Amino acid sequence: MNRAGSAEEARSLPSKVSVRNLNFYYGGQQALFDNNIDIPEKRVTAIIGPSGCGKSTHIRVYNRIYELYRTHRAEGQVVIDGKNILLPSVDLIDLRKRVGMIFQRPTPFPMTIFDNIAYGLKLHYRVGRTELSDRVEDALKRGALWDEVKDKLGEPANALSGGQQQRLCIARAIATEPELILMDEPCSAIDPVATAKIEDLIQTLRDNYTVVLVTHNMQQAARVSDFTAFFYKGYIIEFGATKQIFTNPAERETEDYITGRFG
Amino acid sequence: MRLRSRTQRKVADRAARVVMVPAALAGIAVLAWILWEVISRGAGALNLDFFTQLPTPPGMEGGGLANAILGTLLMTVLATVIGTPVGLMAGIYLAEFGTTSRLATAVRFTTNLLMGTPSIIVGIFVYALIVLRTGHFSGWAGGVALAILMLPVVLRTTEDMLNLVPDELRESALALGAPRWRATLTVVFRAAKTGLVTGILLAVARVSGETAPLLFTALNSFYWPETISEPTANLTVTIFNYAMSPYADWQQKAWGASLLITVGILIVTVLSRLTLRDRKSRTWSR
Repeated sequence: MNRAGSAEEARSLPSKVSVRNLNFYYGGQQALFDNNIDIPEKRVTAIIGPSGCGKSTHIRVYNRIYELYRTHRAEGQVVIDGKNILLPSVDLIDLRKRVGMIFQRPTPFPMTIFDNIAYGLKLHYRVGRTELSDRVEDALKRGALWDEVKDKLGEPANALSGGQQQRLCIARAIATEPELILMDEPCSAIDPVATAKIEDLIQTLRDNYTVVLVTHNMQQAARVSDFTAFFYKGYIIEFGATKQIFTNPAERETEDYITGRFG
Repeated sequence: MRLRSRTQRKVADRAARVVMVPAALAGIAVLAWILWEVISRGAGALNLDFFTQLPTPPGMEGGGLANAILGTLLMTVLATVIGTPVGLMAGIYLAEFGTTSRLATAVRFTTNLLMGTPSIIVGIFVYALIVLRTGHFSGWAGGVALAILMLPVVLRTTEDMLNLVPDELRESALALGAPRWRATLTVVFRAAKTGLVTGILLAVARVSGETAPLLFTALNSFYWPETISEPTANLTVTIFNYAMSPYADWQQKAWGASLLITVGILIVTVLSRLTLRDRKSRTWSR
């Protein structure tokens, strides 16, 4: 199952996201310092590091969701498919259609299971009734949830269990056909069995999508990712093939963190 | 270091209870007393005529307050129709768009002032604004005065309820590519729906018992409110007039009207409680 990438592969793969000199500020407080990273296309990249090191902050720049808060500010370049998405001219709706996001806690909308999936679809596509239900079914299948919910599509989504809700959110994000999926500690509020299901799901997503997974669970990073970036105090300390990061880290801080000396 | 005396603690605990429990009971007792008085004196006035007939001149038995009941309903509906949309939209602005901006801070401050403004001042304000200009008292003016009183209540509860919606829910709608207005209306608003209904119901309950603002605006009338461009009968000013009158029959009707309003407000308040409880059990919560 694990097909952890190698250092050579990291260099040879086309990158989906190229971050250059990214700095981020919460008001007057700087949270990210000169981040540079190339996220390989159609691979799973894990971001690990101790709490408060800037993992979530970093990926929240990729879809500019931080702009919801007026004091948050990003500087530098984040190039997705050849275009710097931090430029003011970028269309946010188009950007967010291409870049999906999953949050720590499941966020089902207060509507039926069907309407949850249809929500994103209807935002971006003109679809007829039959095509809509086909698309919803397809998304739920790809989200590995179809068998559990096919008989209760009309029920409210928040009646589902936490793990099901999170897979629903993943299916909802997939439905709009994004190319890049950001996951911000998607399993932190979910039990181990549900976590295993989501990890399996992430494995299957790799064939069609580029996945960036923020996790505070190192075993999870080792299990599901091809590449791993280690963040510390807002800096990207090390980035490389997951196998190499976990067995032979180049930096002292990475080794200390992985061996549990801090964090 | 010595352990604190356990008996001392127990005594302090007892003493605190002895002081506080009666204070709590006093609050309930006053309410119960009012209810008892209103029911025992007002129930006798309530009959079919009370709800269907026009008032009779003093000294003449019978008749009812149907015109005042209708007038109060009309003006409360008018106030709700004017006050609710403005309050909702302003609340959305504060919670979703203005947040900490200067305008939002100013609006929040003035809303608090408006909430604390005595209702008689709102009455005089609308008197100067509408009654003096149009030259006569009217139901319109009454509805506007009540709407002004509703506005801050709806506005603040809307803001509070929207603030209870977790940011992650907002963010997920936006992250799917929803424009801000659409995320607000289709996801955030929906998640806060029951809370918003509660706020509106509480605002309705608050204004439906107001007298002072109507005294200067709708005044009162012995006739059916054929249009609300004329002085409009209403229950609260009727209570005021009838209770002060020397006629036993009118006083009795004032008690009846008091009972009716009390029960009405009670029903609306209980309804708002029920929707709130519904919210806790079903909708977006963890």
